[in-house]
This record gives sequence, C-alpha cells and structure tokens, in this order.
Amino acid sequence: MDSQTAQESAVEAKADARPKDGLSMRELAIRYGFLSLLVGLIIFFSLATRGFTSPQAAVFILQSVSITGILALGVTATLVVGGFDLSIGSIATSSMMAAAYVMVVLEQNALVAVLVCLAIGALVGLINGLIICYMRVPDLLATLGMMFLLIGLQRIPTEGRSIATGMTLPDGSTAEGTFSQAFLALGRHRFDLFIENLVPASVVVLIVLAILIWFFLEYTRFGRMMYAVGSNARAAEFAGAPVKAYRIWAYVISGVFASIGGILLAARLGRGDIASGNNLLLDAVAAALIGFAVLGAAKPNAFGTAIGALFVGVLLQGLTMMNVPYYTQDFVKGAVLVIALIFTFALLGRNAR
Amino acid sequence: MGDTAVFRIAGLTKAFGPNAVLRGVGLDLRAGEVTVLMGANGAGKSTLVKIMSGVHRADRGVMMLGDKPFSPATPAEAMRAGVVTVHQNINDGVVGALDVASNLVLDRLNGSGSGFFFNPRKVRREARDVADRMGLGIDLGAEVTDLSLADRQMVAIARAMSHEPQVMILDEPTSSLSSNEAERLFALIDRLKARGVAILYISHRMSDIRRLADRIVSLRDGAIVGQFEDKPLDYEGAVNAMLGQNLGRHSIDVRAAGTPVFSARDLRIAQGAKPISLELGAGEIVAVTGLVGVGKTQLAETLFGIHAPLSGTMELDGRPYAPKTPQRAIRDGVFLVAKDRASTGIVPEFNIYENMSLPFLPRFANAGVMRRRSERQTARDQITDLKIVCRSERDDLATLSGGNQQKVTVARWLTQPSRLLILDEPFQGVDIAARHDIAAKLRESAADRATLIFLTELDEALETADRILVMSENTIVGEHRNADVDMDRLLAEVAGQRLEVTGS
Repeated sequence: MDSQTAQESAVEAKADARPKDGLSMRELAIRYGFLSLLVGLIIFFSLATRGFTSPQAAVFILQSVSITGILALGVTATLVVGGFDLSIGSIATSSMMAAAYVMVVLEQNALVAVLVCLAIGALVGLINGLIICYMRVPDLLATLGMMFLLIGLQRIPTEGRSIATGMTLPDGSTAEGTFSQAFLALGRHRFDLFIENLVPASVVVLIVLAILIWFFLEYTRFGRMMYAVGSNARAAEFAGAPVKAYRIWAYVISGVFASIGGILLAARLGRGDIASGNNLLLDAVAAALIGFAVLGAAKPNAFGTAIGALFVGVLLQGLTMMNVPYYTQDFVKGAVLVIALIFTFALLGRNAR
Repeated sequence: MGDTAVFRIAGLTKAFGPNAVLRGVGLDLRAGEVTVLMGANGAGKSTLVKIMSGVHRADRGVMMLGDKPFSPATPAEAMRAGVVTVHQNINDGVVGALDVASNLVLDRLNGSGSGFFFNPRKVRREARDVADRMGLGIDLGAEVTDLSLADRQMVAIARAMSHEPQVMILDEPTSSLSSNEAERLFALIDRLKARGVAILYISHRMSDIRRLADRIVSLRDGAIVGQFEDKPLDYEGAVNAMLGQNLGRHSIDVRAAGTPVFSARDLRIAQGAKPISLELGAGEIVAVTGLVGVGKTQLAETLFGIHAPLSGTMELDGRPYAPKTPQRAIRDGVFLVAKDRASTGIVPEFNIYENMSLPFLPRFANAGVMRRRSERQTARDQITDLKIVCRSERDDLATLSGGNQQKVTVARWLTQPSRLLILDEPFQGVDIAARHDIAAKLRESAADRATLIFLTELDEALETADRILVMSENTIVGEHRNADVDMDRLLAEVAGQRLEVTGS
C-alpha cells in the first residue's frame, strides 16, 4: 500500500462516519480545507521555482520530514489516549547517543545497537506510563521531567562529549569501534524506484510506520479502545477496558517510535552528536497538532499527522528554494501551527461540546 | 408560630428555554427555624437555590428579605444583603491552599476598604473572632487541605457566618460526611438557630431531616406540593408528596422468579452499614428503590466490580463471583448500565454503532481487526428494536436527543446475552415515551437473565419491576412483590421509619 491509497482509504473511513448527502460549503471547507491548501502550496511552488516537482525534490522533502514524522506518529498515539509525550525528542537523541556508544565504544554490531535503542525507547515509554498512571503525575509534567532527565543522562557516559571513532574516553583510552556499514545504510542507502537510488531507507521506514500506526488506530479494536479512553476514560472503564494498560501502551509506542527516529538520526549523522536533535520535539508535536485540522478530524489521527509533517516539509522546502532565509523557518512553522489550531478549535467548534 | 418570616418567596417561576423548572413557588423562612426542602432529582431544588443566591434570576415572582424586595444580580450581592449559601461541593466553599484563618476572612480580603497589604496579625485576630463566635474547634493555622471534609465544611459555614446573614441555605451539606462528622455539623446548625438565622436545609437523608427539621417543605415538578409543620412531623407524608401523589396501580403481569441466577450473602457496602443479602432469579426484574444517597449506586457498582464490598460473598450461577474490575464482571456476564450516561456511558467522539459495540470489541473483531459491517448490522437491529430516532447508525451521538442517547447506552448492553443486567437510574433525563420503550424492551428480553434496576422514583419502580426492594442507609430494609404493594409500609421504609423501629 502506498501513501496514495492510504490517503484514499482514510478519506473513505472519514466519509463513512457521516451521511454523504447535504455537505454545506462550510463542511467542505472544514473537511478538505487543509488538503486543498497543501495541494495549492505544491502548485504554487512548482510554478514559482524550478525543479520543485522533480522526483528527487519530492523524495528530498520526504527525507527531511522522515525523522520528525516518525516521532510525530508516536506522539499521536499518546494524544489519542488523551495524554501527551514531551520526552520524545530526548528519547530520540538518547537513542542516537546509545547507538553510537554501543558501536564506537563497546564495539558491537549494528543489530545490537538497534536492539539497545529500541529497548531504551520501550523502557522510557513504560516508565512514563507508570509514572502517569500509578503515581498520578500529570502527563505534561511527567514527560517534561523525563525529558530533562534524558538530556542529562545521555551526556554522562562520555562526560558531555559527542561520540565518534577515535575520540578519547574518560579513562584516557581511545575509542576504536566504528559505525558498521549495515547501520549507516539505514541513513544512507537509497532504493531504486523507477529512478536508480531514489528512495532513502528513512523514507521507507516512515511510510511503513505511518501505515502501521494508521491501520492500528483506525481499524483494530485496540485503536478503537484507545480513542474511547482518550474521549471518555470513565466510560471506557465502565465498558470493561483496562484503561491504565491502554495508557501505558500508548507511551511505550511513543517511546519506541522516538527511538526509531533516533536510530535513523544516528545513521544519517554517522556519529553521536550531542548538539543535534534540538528541534525534534517541537517539529513533531507541531505535525501531530496540525494533523487535527486535516479532514476536519478535530482529534489526533495518524493520517493527519503524516499530512501535517508533509505540509511543514513542503512549506520549508518551497520557501528555501525561493531563497527565503533559513532563520525564518521556525516562525513559519509556528504560524502554520497556530493557524491549524485555530482552524481545528474555532471553526469546528468541537471543543464546545 | 406567629408571623416571623424573614424571607418570603411568592409566585416564583423560571424556565430554561421551553423547560419550565419552577412553576410558581411560594415559601416562607422564619428566624431561628430550620426549614427542610425535599424534592426528587429535577424537581427544581437547585434552580430555586440558585435564584435565592443570585446565580440565576427568576422570570416572575417576588422575593422579600425582611420588608425589602430582594432580587440579587450576583452571588456577592445576595451575600451582602444577608442571604448566604453553602454549596454541596464542600471544596467550593474553601480555598485549599490557604490556612483556616485566611479562609475565615477571605471575603473581607475581597471587600472594598481592605488595603493592598495583608496583615497576618489582623487576619488572625478577626479569624479568631469568627471562630469563637461559632465555637469552631479547629486550629486556625492548619492548611485547609489537611482538614477532614467535615472540618472543611465547618470552615465554609463559619466563613459564611462572618457576613452576619439573616438567611442561610445549606445544600446537601452532609452528602459526603460520616454520621459522626454530620453530628458536629448539626451542633453548629443548632448554634446558628439560636442566633436567629433562618435556615433552608436541602437534603435527602432522613436521619438529617429527623434530627434538624422544624418544618418540611416538599417540592415536586417545580411547585411546592406539601408543607408539614405540625409536631410530630409527618415524614412519610413529606416523602409521599415529594415522590408524587399519583402512585396509582400500574398494570403489569408480575412474573415469578425462575432459577436462581445471582445471590449475595451479608454484603456490606459502607462502614457501619447493616449487611445486604439478596437473591435474583432468571426472568424477573427487581427494582431497588430509595432516596438519593442511600447507597444504591454504591451497591450497583459493587456488583459490577468497581468497588470491593467491605465483607460478604456473591455467587453467580452457583459459582463464587468476586469481580475485581468491570472487565471481569463483563466476562462473567454481569453488565451495568451506569448512572449519568454523560460521564460513565457515552463516548462523545464516537457514533452510534461505535458506542454500542464498545464493551464487546473482541466479538466484533477478527484477529484484532474491527468488522464494521457486523458492528453496523448489530446497531441497526437495536435501533429498530428500541425505536431509536436517528438518521442512521453512523450518526454522531451528540446529534441525538437525551432519550435516544440513553437508549443507545442501554442497547449497548443488550447486544450480547448477560446473566445479570444491572441498570442504575436508566430513566434519568428521559421522556415518558422513551422510558416506556426501554422498559418494554427490558421486560421482553428479561427471560434468560436476572435484571436489577436502581430507581429513585417509586413510580418507575412500580411501572417496571416484578419485585421491589427498598434501600435506606446503605442496606436493604424492605421487600415487596409488585402485585399488592402495601404503599404505607413501602413509603415508611423509604422514609427510613422501620429502621428506627427495629433499632430501638
């Protein structure tokens, strides 16, 4: 299944929720407004710049949003159960540092590095979930605390330095290990699709994960119950749902997705860069929140999140190609987010229910 | 008694949209007297209180405080004029993060004339003053969050008293207090009476009413339907008036119980409550009735695994039954249509069929993947069966009327066979037509299971059940076959009379 059919099925699924007759202009605007805006942007940029519509440019956009997109899909799961995960950015960077540490310092192979990262993501997610469900710490505060903890923790093994082959270790020796080729391929290998070496591995991972989480949330009973938990936890409990378990699982999903993002980041950089990944959290959260506005869903949804990430990617790529300075990027992202949120909450009026 | 009314209401009406809530209420409150206001849910009690305390304005009618007309536009204005209200939710009356002394003088801090700076010594002195006058034996330096609910309630009342009110309205002040705590509150109320305050006391607890009432006023459907002030007070008459005079015969064919399905032995659901034993058979519908706050919901939720009983055992089909979670209860075939559908039943973002299938997702899923076609078919069947008014099973729940929403929450639990179906106030906020549809469906489908319905309205119990159990003070105090009900005995039990006879 490619993203095109995924999009169509989601449209059908949404249309399925309401009768098809009697769509007013306002309803049309609410449902298709954001998608039309995305199409409009693409048309505008392809007319205004040269080379925007080439397959290479399209792939480049996907690649630029692949890591934030994966994080955003993870945080969508916590949004669905009515929570929030602010620790995803730091889970991703911790996972990147761990991958580098395992290969460069401990001199292990790619498989071990990947498994260690995934385990870190799952463990941190589990701890987040337990703190929120059993210690009754509010989600924002618990994951904010976890974010600080991880930012600090990832600096301890190397005394605050980035990890690369040949670096000096705290005990005075030199790190001899290297990033294995198999691991680097995750960040650098490109698959052939009509054109040779077109699609990077990270884009494939993004698309696969997007389809997985979308299918999980929309079509399985677990996803259905997660939405019920997020919408009315007490009703879900009275319907026999183990509400805490669903919440904890959502944070585990979020943690694992963030650690996958971290693996791809490490593979792309080829080192454990202490300074990278600063924008991951905000970009991912923005994508997930922009997703509320897509198709008038007014709730967290995987399809919307993917479109939200794509929207930001298209906008930034287009502006860059039009020579808009890089330092305006955060402003543009913020503006898009604010507009999307106004669109969701003011126009749809769902919050007033 | 003489004409010592300090507060008079006459011809008060209030409507919200098309709903007339008060239809001409007249009421006098006298200095140094406790007037108890009784009324079932939706009778208009809280609207009346809100008008008296300045939250709402009446559409028509007059209120007189002393010999001056009284029509407060805001709660603050009512308070300044001398009518103060202590609300049911105790924490509305106090600020948790401050100490007792600050709470007691809180309203003065807001008043004009107090300076910008805060003088702790002056606050302490004024607070000490208030506390002494009220005989409040609470450490003034304690944080309110550290106090028990009863102490918080005392602080809230003492705080209200610092306004030197002429009229005090107490809205179910004991609903979250134990009987010992309540007794301390009553002592405080006695002191208020001695100071000549006219008190309007709203409660369902017969023990409170017996202890405090000088006069009982019954409100039903927005009008005063009974005033009782001749000693001894006619408690039964008051309950009868509140529940409705038209407790006529209802024609239902009363069925006998089939094979035993569920039984409970010596179940205790609250500290100090007498144990409950009951047996339910297949095919019968048993109603549990009683006033608000006598433990009906607690019992319903205990059977459904939300609360654990303090002691006692339960059996389902002859096997021990001790659910720890609703999940277990549902697996064993015990379903609960919980009270207050908005908070416990409805998932607002889901449509009709998604709401109906919610407890039984595994049955509508194949290897975890939802089979929407079968969900929708099941929902369509229920829509036809229960005459749910909607465009299709894909309608959002928010587009349905209250009665139809309630039908959906009931239908949810009828989609699968159950051993014991429990319904807690299933007719709340439901019009008569919808009520009949639901009741008919329950009776028609009752054959293979036991059905237990918790109802405050006696009318509804008489209309639906084969057998009626009466609850009072967290236990069951009476049982009636719904064929030749001794209404006097039933009402006496609801009013808690028999409990006292056996107790003394």
